[in-house]
Amino acid sequence: MKEVRLMKGNEVIAEAAVRAGCDGYFGYPITPQTEVIETLMEMKPWETTGMVVLQAESEIASINMVYGAASCGKRVMTSSSSPGISLMSEGLSYLAGAELPCLVLNVQRGGPGLGTIQPSQSDYFLATKAGGHGDFRMIVLAPNSVQEMYDFVSLGFELAFKYRNPVMMLSDGVIGQMMEKVMLSAPVPRMTDEYIKEHYGDWALTGKFGGRAGNIVTSLELDPAIQEQVNEKLQAKYQKITEQEVRYEEILCDDAEYFMVAFGSAARICSKVIEMARADGYKVGLIRPVTLYPYPSKVIAQRAQQAKGFLTVELNAGQMVEDVRLCVGNHIPVEYYGRMGGMVPTPGEVYEALKDKIINKLK
Amino acid sequence: MAAEVEIKEENLVYGKNRLIKDNIMHYCPGCSHGTIHKLVAEVIDEMGLEGECIGVSPVGCSVFAYNYIDIDWAEAAHGRACAVATGIKRMYPNKMVFTYQGDGDLAAIGTGETIHACNRGENIVVIYVNNAIYGMTGGQMSPTTLVGMKTATTPYGRDPRLHGYPYKVADMVAHLEGVCYVTRQSVHTPANVRKAKKALRKAFENAMAGKGLSLVEFVATCNSGWKLSPVAANQWLEENMFPSYPLGDIKDI
Ligand SMILES: Cc1ncc(C[n+]2csc(CCOP(=O)(O)OP(=O)(O)O)c2C)c(N)n1
Repeated sequence: MKEVRLMKGNEVIAEAAVRAGCDGYFGYPITPQTEVIETLMEMKPWETTGMVVLQAESEIASINMVYGAASCGKRVMTSSSSPGISLMSEGLSYLAGAELPCLVLNVQRGGPGLGTIQPSQSDYFLATKAGGHGDFRMIVLAPNSVQEMYDFVSLGFELAFKYRNPVMMLSDGVIGQMMEKVMLSAPVPRMTDEYIKEHYGDWALTGKFGGRAGNIVTSLELDPAIQEQVNEKLQAKYQKITEQEVRYEEILCDDAEYFMVAFGSAARICSKVIEMARADGYKVGLIRPVTLYPYPSKVIAQRAQQAKGFLTVELNAGQMVEDVRLCVGNHIPVEYYGRMGGMVPTPGEVYEALKDKIINKLK
Repeated sequence: MAAEVEIKEENLVYGKNRLIKDNIMHYCPGCSHGTIHKLVAEVIDEMGLEGECIGVSPVGCSVFAYNYIDIDWAEAAHGRACAVATGIKRMYPNKMVFTYQGDGDLAAIGTGETIHACNRGENIVVIYVNNAIYGMTGGQMSPTTLVGMKTATTPYGRDPRLHGYPYKVADMVAHLEGVCYVTRQSVHTPANVRKAKKALRKAFENAMAGKGLSLVEFVATCNSGWKLSPVAANQWLEENMFPSYPLGDIKDI
């Protein structure tokens, strides 16, 4: 039973969570994502599916509630915006270290510090490289529409459980706040306690049963030789993730000479820029990473063979451009254009930058 | 070397609880943690809650509680045990969920999580081991360190003008409506061990009955951190700790 509605990105997260059979949401208000918890509280899913919704006293508490609930083998999530995600760093590291599945939504706003409540993509480094202390990775999904915010909730849970790893959905204030048509899928029931015992009984805290010894969820190992093995196991998992879970979209890339690389709302702007450029006869294509970790390095490296130049478009000071440079190398220019502090460029501005920094220089 | 003494079955009046694992405990001789662990295991076993229990161990000397009591455990980040326990309890409202925390964990870095779990009236038990010092990191001042007490970070004694006063968590949380039972116990004599066990059992019964949060504070020794022999530490506990942290029930409804 498919259902079409006009919804705000943040509201759709609440709808998606309930329909994905989510067991628990723990969160703390912060603009521009507070509609997530407000919508959930209005929906009262504890009366229908039994999903728990709890307003925590801080983001530190939220992420640690998520840690506890995820330890139970349950499908759980939190959401916040940039400053709140900073507070979650230690918890994210513990979740990754203890190999627990969970979904964390970051509806980014501009920083640093308290910054602005306007949209930004300045947590790219945080999400892909510096989620917290220690050698760990989160799978990072970057939606560019309200529909993808909906879809990536169930995808996020699926990946989180497949790899027993935290998944971050890296959205921003544009997509969180805008309204679009969205197709809702049929609800999936929550996992039963029996299902959890059967499938995750070897690690999840369910209470001892069937003669098994107590399960222990921990990230502590004092013996460095063993801790190194723990790290090697994690790295092997991340390797598998980079081999199997890369997701991206290519728009008009086959004949392109000039490439833009952008994710999330910046990619939406770029799709308009392509139209403008093509109308002027420039062969411009767009590569949109959908997973920011694992990064679509191979496709970018491949496209670099046919490209004259690359421009990354980001709502930050140029973070992802570093990764694109790693993929492309030095033989052609890789430039960045973006606005910061909550400013969102128009397609016209981006097009001018594309001409200035790439097309006119290489013509 | 004393010869191995074989105890005949009929003479066996006391033994290691079956939930206590065979792992060798890392606690210093004389430390209160071992005795408190034993009580936790006994209460769980005697109440038949082995399969119902999920414990949360802290960052502190008792981080490895999971290596000693054979139930399900989550190890929490420093101070966050009450938030972790909240997450677990909300997922499994019928399970017996408890935290086990030191004074640094519960009363310094974890103050916020502790107070709010208390205030929400989470149906959990908080086992709070107050030895007035950071044992694990080598004996630094904690919020509950006594005035004048020497620690690694108060080498000239705790001066209230610089470091404030001993923080009385149990008295504070007793005022909160979500809290049903607050008691202070110790395990430095056999009589106190028996009393403490009764208190712990009551706390566990409260949680299972959904009465709210119970906090059982153990006024405990850290003879290594205090730089005393185990016997001298017990005496120091009576003379110095009890006046600041008097034993007995603070709230029981
Ligand atoms: C975020 C963080 N800060 C500091 C530490 C270091 N640390 C480990 S245990 C501890 C204090 C533990 O003292 P207490 O809770 O009183 O327990 P005890 O060891 O005395 O039983 C500290 C500060 C840490 N592990 N994590």
